[in-house]
Amino acid sequence: MAATAQPNVKNVWLGGVEPMKASYGKLMMWFFLISDTFTFSALLVAYGLVRFSSPAYVGQVADFVASPAYWPIPEKVFDAIPFFHGLHAPLVFVGIMTFILIFSSVTMVLAVEAGHRMDRAAVEKYMLWTILGGATFLGCQAWEWTHFIVGTDSGTVVKELVDGDWVTHTVFGANLTQNQYGPPAFADFFFFITGFHGTHVLSGVILNFLVFYRTATGLYEKRGHYEMVEKIGLYWHFVDLVWVFVFTFFYLV
Amino acid sequence: MAHVHEHEHDENAGAEQRKAIWRTFWILLAITALEFLIAFTLEAGILKTAIFVGMTIVKAFYIVGEFMHLKHEVKSLIWSLLIPCIFVVWLLIALMREGGSIFDLR
Repeated sequence: MAATAQPNVKNVWLGGVEPMKASYGKLMMWFFLISDTFTFSALLVAYGLVRFSSPAYVGQVADFVASPAYWPIPEKVFDAIPFFHGLHAPLVFVGIMTFILIFSSVTMVLAVEAGHRMDRAAVEKYMLWTILGGATFLGCQAWEWTHFIVGTDSGTVVKELVDGDWVTHTVFGANLTQNQYGPPAFADFFFFITGFHGTHVLSGVILNFLVFYRTATGLYEKRGHYEMVEKIGLYWHFVDLVWVFVFTFFYLV
Repeated sequence: MAHVHEHEHDENAGAEQRKAIWRTFWILLAITALEFLIAFTLEAGILKTAIFVGMTIVKAFYIVGEFMHLKHEVKSLIWSLLIPCIFVVWLLIALMREGGSIFDLR
């Protein structure tokens, strides 16, 4: 008698019970996100290690000149904004990017809230705003990367030891081996950390579009709940969260 | 009639939630604006870094707690996500000290 499953009785081993009062999909999304946290942490921790093992710039911030000999001051590197060539606007553009991502997080959580009310039109509206925010962020990042790779008008004069001789040449912009703003490792970390984050934003935009499409075609309404919006929402907020940390550890300190 | 009443109740609950969402947004915006202010007024040093890290943790708390709704989940879920993060903090501090040591030895 005890071995037979009874209908309408919740049995821990036969399903029907949600561990931690979260659905399977949501729980798995949380555990995926914690593993993704480790990946991003590994990148940021490696950045911390290399930064602390490299010489720091000593002297007044105002007198800062870029050199591969010491770690740069981020606000001196990221000081350009589109359409204002030559204007020194430290961290303004990255501030705008941060605002865009936080705002798209707000529209995402509004979409989740609309899903709870089964308000299909509102979910569609807020998903579109979220997609727009994500796409705008990616566009900003493309511009930022381009500016970083192309470099400034004057570049940086670098003295290098090549085959026993000191050679002087001017470096414009940065790639994985050369960097006008500081040590090559600084550019490497910039490309890897913001690139890995940008890849997350890109896949987030694709997932958001998928959710929007399935909302618009009425799949979730037919299913009776908008839990998928919540699950993708968790991922999207995580991407925003990572940017908050990247903003602090790469651009501010 | 019962259905109408229920619907009304749902909408009220949603309004409260929306208010909380916008409040969180304004808090995040204010902290980011404050970070900018500090970035250009305070001298670089331990204090500045500590303030930035503190503000980042506050922002993370609001994003994870309110937007990701973790504040309203059960305790076992909260802890199973927070405890692994303690090891990340440990690794971060350990390897930054290690980096300083590498710099001294070079």
